[in-house]
Amino acid sequence: MSTEFEIRGLKATIEGKEILKGIDLKIQGGEIHAIMGPNGTGKSTLASALMGHPKYEVTDGEVTLNGEDVLEMEVDERARAGLFLAMQYPSEITGVTNADFLRSAINARRGEGNEISLIKFIRLMEGKMKELEMDPEFMHRYLNEGFSGGEKKRNEILQMMMLEPKLVILDEIDSGLDIDALKIVAAGVNAMRSEERGFLVITHYQRLLNYIKPDFVHVMMQGRIVKSGGPELAERLEAEGYDWVKEELGIVDETVQQA
Amino acid sequence: MSTPTTSFGREAAAALSRSKNEPAWLIAWREEAGELAAKLELPKPEKMPLTRWTLDQYGTDRPSKTVSSAADLPAAIAELLPEDTQGALIVQHNSSVVFTRLSEELKAKGVVLTSLEEAARAHEKLVREHLMTAYKKDEHKLAAVHAALWNGGVFLYVPRNVDIEFPVQALLFADDADATFMPHVLIVADTNSRVSFVEQAAAELNAGEGRTLLHNAAVEIFAKSGAHVRYAAVHHMDAGVVDVSYRRAVLDNDARVEWIVGDLHNGNTLTDTNSVLQGNGSASDSKIICVGTGSQRISLTTRAQHIGKSSESDMVTRAVMKDEATSIINGITKIEHGSTKANGQQTEKVLMLSPKARGDANPILLIDEDDVKAGHAASVGQVNADQVHYLMSRGISRKEAERLIIHGFLDPVVSEIPLAGLREQLHRILERKLG
Repeated sequence: MSTEFEIRGLKATIEGKEILKGIDLKIQGGEIHAIMGPNGTGKSTLASALMGHPKYEVTDGEVTLNGEDVLEMEVDERARAGLFLAMQYPSEITGVTNADFLRSAINARRGEGNEISLIKFIRLMEGKMKELEMDPEFMHRYLNEGFSGGEKKRNEILQMMMLEPKLVILDEIDSGLDIDALKIVAAGVNAMRSEERGFLVITHYQRLLNYIKPDFVHVMMQGRIVKSGGPELAERLEAEGYDWVKEELGIVDETVQQA
Repeated sequence: MSTPTTSFGREAAAALSRSKNEPAWLIAWREEAGELAAKLELPKPEKMPLTRWTLDQYGTDRPSKTVSSAADLPAAIAELLPEDTQGALIVQHNSSVVFTRLSEELKAKGVVLTSLEEAARAHEKLVREHLMTAYKKDEHKLAAVHAALWNGGVFLYVPRNVDIEFPVQALLFADDADATFMPHVLIVADTNSRVSFVEQAAAELNAGEGRTLLHNAAVEIFAKSGAHVRYAAVHHMDAGVVDVSYRRAVLDNDARVEWIVGDLHNGNTLTDTNSVLQGNGSASDSKIICVGTGSQRISLTTRAQHIGKSSESDMVTRAVMKDEATSIINGITKIEHGSTKANGQQTEKVLMLSPKARGDANPILLIDEDDVKAGHAASVGQVNADQVHYLMSRGISRKEAERLIIHGFLDPVVSEIPLAGLREQLHRILERKLG
């Protein structure tokens, strides 16, 4: 079944301040959507609110994944339904190895009585780590503990590859990556492109989109999507910056007004 | 129900020692300790009054039957022995040692493993030179009582340059609430020797509610120049047992001592794990975990006393408090004048799982020398919400996420236990305690 992900009129607040002011977006399986925009316009809030971070309160709107109401679900249910967020700042967890963590995550999806065998799991993990050119020792390291910024990002992509989600959100996956690491991460994402899977790529920079080619590009300002287009929009933003968008729309301050 | 031993003193200590046919020197030594026991006050651990603890029931001498083969040990004891036991083993059951195993190969190298009672006769010189010289019998009432009444016990001597490959294991077990259960472990590791020692203290008081037993125990390690001693201990006794465990190590030049301790006892607990870094270049490393449940009261202290130059210490304590458990976690780094280039580090972390649990972390640095490094970190908190969210965002349920985080919090110590079988057992104890 091809994936259909839809956001309608999504509004969200943090500590009572409205950050998302009505987002509408539809992603079909096989599509890559990019959300671009300067700092402080609500991009990461959108990612976190979709995943259900307790800090954000959704005040209005609907989100559905293949017809199922995402906002009704607990965070773990969203993940099991097929949502995946590669986080900008993944948590470090002492004492829980990468392998134990991923096995728990895979088994949570497969359900009791249908757990993945240890051998099969290790082969799978080793194979994916090789694709991402990760040192095999990261399998037994504590989750993200002492990882460099780039290693954490690769580890997020590793999780995506192992969990095979239906809708992938990449939040600033390019920050902290050098060009070689960026190419490896992009190759990992591209290998996952399929008709069953949609992507929402959040980024500051056009650079990432040279390697992960989007089908649609959206510009976010003031907690809304203010402009949408094809890949050419990203190129123009890279060449000319955001000022022309602001001028065109009569926006003076693009950040979310935190009155 | 044992009756409080109010009349205990010089005469009672000597009479008991005589009745056990102990050597003359030990009878006199016990007599002195008995006198101190009648005079001295209880210790005063930081923020943890001991006045309401049952510390005055010493029990009576209840030796158990010795066996000649591990297969003949009672089932309750056999169950506690990890299957992968290949090395030396000594077992105390209530008031006496019932089984000792040491390979001919190690005996031929001069290694000694016996009950401390036996060593007091057969290795008088070594025992007298070391016994309760690090943990002195006049420190406080509990030390004096221990000196007067210690029984069974372990004596391990590792000769110069001998490296013992498999961990030496001691199982200290009680199932009789009327027994005196006060083991003393004495380890003398001679120059450039190496040994890992694993101690398990367990008690199952079948008599049910209302039974109390005082486990008033001590460990002393003497690591001579260049010796490496790794001491792992797991304590898991019934709630009716009060666990008093004083652990001391004295390190000569370039010696190294590692403490790996699981204080997973179910009753009130007073432990004090102390490394005296006497020698230049000596180093100690202490890793301690603790899980408090029910209405347990727990006082955990780790100490490092730097005397030698360029001595190093690192102390890590991690405690999880549930239900209405209270714990006071003290870390004391003391750097004496003249201990130049010393480096003392410590971390205490407490994870609180219930609003009624209490945990205090007190890092204390006492420094009388300028040319040193010292650091501390302490935290008391709940399970981190961002960590739970991160795990849940991968499909793991909240309950399982919390379980992973709590066990993970303790793993840096659990994973260091040198016997795979005991590590597994520790996981089972943790599952039981953490629910």
